[in-house]
Amino acid sequence: MTDIQSEEGQEALLHRLVIRFAGDSGDGMQLTGDRFTSVSAAYGNDLSTFPDFPAEIRAPAGTVHGVSSFQVHISDHEITTPGDQPNVLVAMNPAALKADLGRLERGGTLIVNEDAFDERNLEKAGYATNPLQDGSVDQYRVITVPMTSLTKEATAPLGVKPRDAERSKNFFALGLVSWMYTRPTESTLEWIARRFAKDELIAGANREAFLAGYNFGETTEAVGHRYEVRPAQLPSGEYTSVTGNTALAWGIIAAGQLAKLPVTLGSYPITPASDILHELSKHKHFGVRTVQAEDEIAAIGMALGAAFAGHLGVTTTSGPGVALKSETTSLAISVELPLLIVDIQRGGPSTGLPTKTEAADLNIAMYGRHSEAPLPIVAAYSPTHCFEAAIEAVRIALKYRTPVILLSDGFIANGSEPWRLPDVDSLPDISVPFATEFNGTDADGNDVFYSFQRDPDTLARPWAIPGTPKLMHRIGGLEKADVTGNISYDADNHQRMVNLRAEKIARIADELPPTVVQGDADADVCVLGWGSTWAAIDGAVQRRRRVGNKVAWVHLTHLSPLPKDLGDILARYARIVVPELNMGQLSRIVRAEYLVDATPLTKMQGLPFTLAEIEAAIDTALKEVTQQ
Amino acid sequence: MSDTAVNLTTKKDWSSDQEVRWCPGCGDYGILQAVQQLMPDLGVAPENTVFISGIGCSSRFPYYMNTYGVHSIHGRAPAIATGVAVARPDLDVWVITGDGDGLSIGGNHLIHALRRNVNLTILLFNNRIYGLTKGQFSPTSEVGKVTKSTPLGSIDPPFNPLSVALGAEASFVARTYDLDRKHMMETFRAAHDHRGAAFVEIFQNCNVFNDGQFSDIVRRQNRDENMIQLVHGEPIRFGADGQHGVTMGSDGQLRIVEVADVGEDAIVIHDAERDDSSLAFALARLSNNDHSPTPFGIFRSVARPEYAHAIASQLAQSSEQNGPGDLGELLRSNGTWRVADTN
Ligand code: SF4
Repeated sequence: MTDIQSEEGQEALLHRLVIRFAGDSGDGMQLTGDRFTSVSAAYGNDLSTFPDFPAEIRAPAGTVHGVSSFQVHISDHEITTPGDQPNVLVAMNPAALKADLGRLERGGTLIVNEDAFDERNLEKAGYATNPLQDGSVDQYRVITVPMTSLTKEATAPLGVKPRDAERSKNFFALGLVSWMYTRPTESTLEWIARRFAKDELIAGANREAFLAGYNFGETTEAVGHRYEVRPAQLPSGEYTSVTGNTALAWGIIAAGQLAKLPVTLGSYPITPASDILHELSKHKHFGVRTVQAEDEIAAIGMALGAAFAGHLGVTTTSGPGVALKSETTSLAISVELPLLIVDIQRGGPSTGLPTKTEAADLNIAMYGRHSEAPLPIVAAYSPTHCFEAAIEAVRIALKYRTPVILLSDGFIANGSEPWRLPDVDSLPDISVPFATEFNGTDADGNDVFYSFQRDPDTLARPWAIPGTPKLMHRIGGLEKADVTGNISYDADNHQRMVNLRAEKIARIADELPPTVVQGDADADVCVLGWGSTWAAIDGAVQRRRRVGNKVAWVHLTHLSPLPKDLGDILARYARIVVPELNMGQLSRIVRAEYLVDATPLTKMQGLPFTLAEIEAAIDTALKEVTQQ
Repeated sequence: MSDTAVNLTTKKDWSSDQEVRWCPGCGDYGILQAVQQLMPDLGVAPENTVFISGIGCSSRFPYYMNTYGVHSIHGRAPAIATGVAVARPDLDVWVITGDGDGLSIGGNHLIHALRRNVNLTILLFNNRIYGLTKGQFSPTSEVGKVTKSTPLGSIDPPFNPLSVALGAEASFVARTYDLDRKHMMETFRAAHDHRGAAFVEIFQNCNVFNDGQFSDIVRRQNRDENMIQLVHGEPIRFGADGQHGVTMGSDGQLRIVEVADVGEDAIVIHDAERDDSSLAFALARLSNNDHSPTPFGIFRSVARPEYAHAIASQLAQSSEQNGPGDLGELLRSNGTWRVADTN
């Protein structure tokens, strides 16, 4: 741990700390990590988390592919990533050690539950010899603790059976780590009492295990020094901690309020998007209707039906669902109704890596429909940005009467960070009027309603909802005559409508704010990013600049249409590096669009970029420039 | 189902200005006439009425109604209509579909709309053929049917639409036919007035690709012998003098009998409001071809909680418990902490 700074007190101060809790899927590591995070957030640290768990609900116990981990990065200054390498690894069994030891920094702290290192578990994890004894862990500071037996001892007086006691050992680990890193204990004790209020015995067992872990730290020399990560000097204000999916769900609720429209969500369960359905179904008092549809196609159909009826229609899914929704997305484009389609990207193709992150759906969002069917795409770049991105996506959908795809991914969906709460009164009014009156005159001089008479500026058509007298009209997937909206097979009309639909989307760029170039605008190298790579790019650019390199950075939120000034900006740089968790989808788009030499930095491992990976790519680009 | 007083409308108010473009002689014309003629009687306003269809010949229907309408995607009408009904329980929502649209590509949406009991009036035009794509067999075509895609005869066993609907827990199931405007209007009216998903199968003649499919049943000269009119609470009898009837054997099997042979008391009394759907199911399967006595009318009509209403009551309940939604409160629901100004 390089960042240690000694002080007079008992605790050594750390500027930052990355802990990874790793155990069996059934060991409660996500819960443990979550608790550590909440306590640290409330304590005032800046933080970023990375839950990493298997696709199987209960993978075979003790095996490496059943390992579930939670990495959390806390600091006394602003950070964006969950950290490249953990400083501390808590390994609850041999499989967890095997899966995650390689990530631990050299000289890092390894805390292991030695009770779990029996022959059976070693064999299940594929160890021929005990790694705690054969020199495998010599380069780390190893703290071995008999967590299982100590938990059993601590809980026995309550009458907890040894088998049940074992389930509380994650709280022992949490207690120990809480002591080591000087975390307050009260809020965790309160939380245990609340969360397990229904079962006194379990609540008691968890409490005793937590305290036993904490006291173990205090009384045992083996653990050694205590450390502290002081609160970060974040901008003043009121903070909460949210995951990307929660922020996104709240953004949808907020968008409904700001648009003065009830929200109707049609959704089919799919990892990692289901939590948005769960969250939205909790907030019915906001007028949010949620329907768990029979399939992905029905889910978007319901959202589109609700939009036709005057609601904010929303559907949430992941890549495979986007594929299934494609035909209805095209209908929404054709009938020009507002709709929000949320894609929480995950590893693919097909079922792929459902619990792992990837950002390879840009192509399907951009092109994944039959015929010419352009639509706007907004990409969230961090857990808290999901809130704002949802509102922006809905704003565009309503104003231009178009489906909008909002991209997030597994990394930001499940990750969390502190969020300085926005002033809700300062959020924009995104409401649009419904049509209520005739808007044209037919050949006989009668007042009529033309369902495809466009707004001259936005090219949006009128949104006349059922229940509005006189404006009855029919829409459908057949080509519509310009203005009247009647069925038309006319050749010139079809060309005109195709052009109009494209032009309408292109015009959105007119109102986008100027693109922000971060870092050194006059650099030779520019990093171009989108989505969740934001965190790693931010860290990497900062580090390169700290050592004196000049680097510019543009991070896109609007991927369709692209900002109008982007071509000119990119043309200024000798090298453009595009880090993407795909095989170069954005880089190909900007190459095609602007004829610039964008170099992709790709990664398809189900994992986010490390800072080091991005730094290396920047380095290479810098070297290439100087060699020229 | 508007609360406000509805101005009296006429058939003309419900007809759009679009030219109807089905093949001359198609059964769809009669169905359109029946619906347009019925609407003024239903006490609803055109602006509060929505017709949603999928794709197929019948799915052109919404274009001819002067109401709100969506001609949507093949098979998806029940899903889109569910969205409309959930968002706006104040509207009258009709679904127009066919045997290919509703039972093949859209089968999943149809059964789930029925299961949820969404307040929809679903009219399934069954012509036992794909018309719009010019004559392939459909999921209701009989085995052996020779079509463009089955030159040696179809080997696919067909669906019985009413069995499917009953199996999907439909709360209202009926059958009518395109030649009898009065029968259609009565059936559609009952379906419309039913609270929940109402499913109506309409025997519809496609005179271009499958002419005469139902003739043995629905032609005037065959009606006496082959049409069984179901009337709730009445014995199930048919024939010019009501000489034929339906009995249920001790094996639970329905059989067609001569009333004179078994006596009036042995004839099954039709009960559409029976909670269990076994009688409706047996009646739906009484005939397994298009050449023998086939029941028409309302097979089943029972009260079940309506879906959009159930959603609305959960919303109301939640508002009662939590008060109106407050955004500031929502953003603080995970707990918050303050970072003080350091200056
Ligand atoms: S093809 Fe058949 S069902 Fe279609 S319009 Fe013509 S007659 Fe009617």
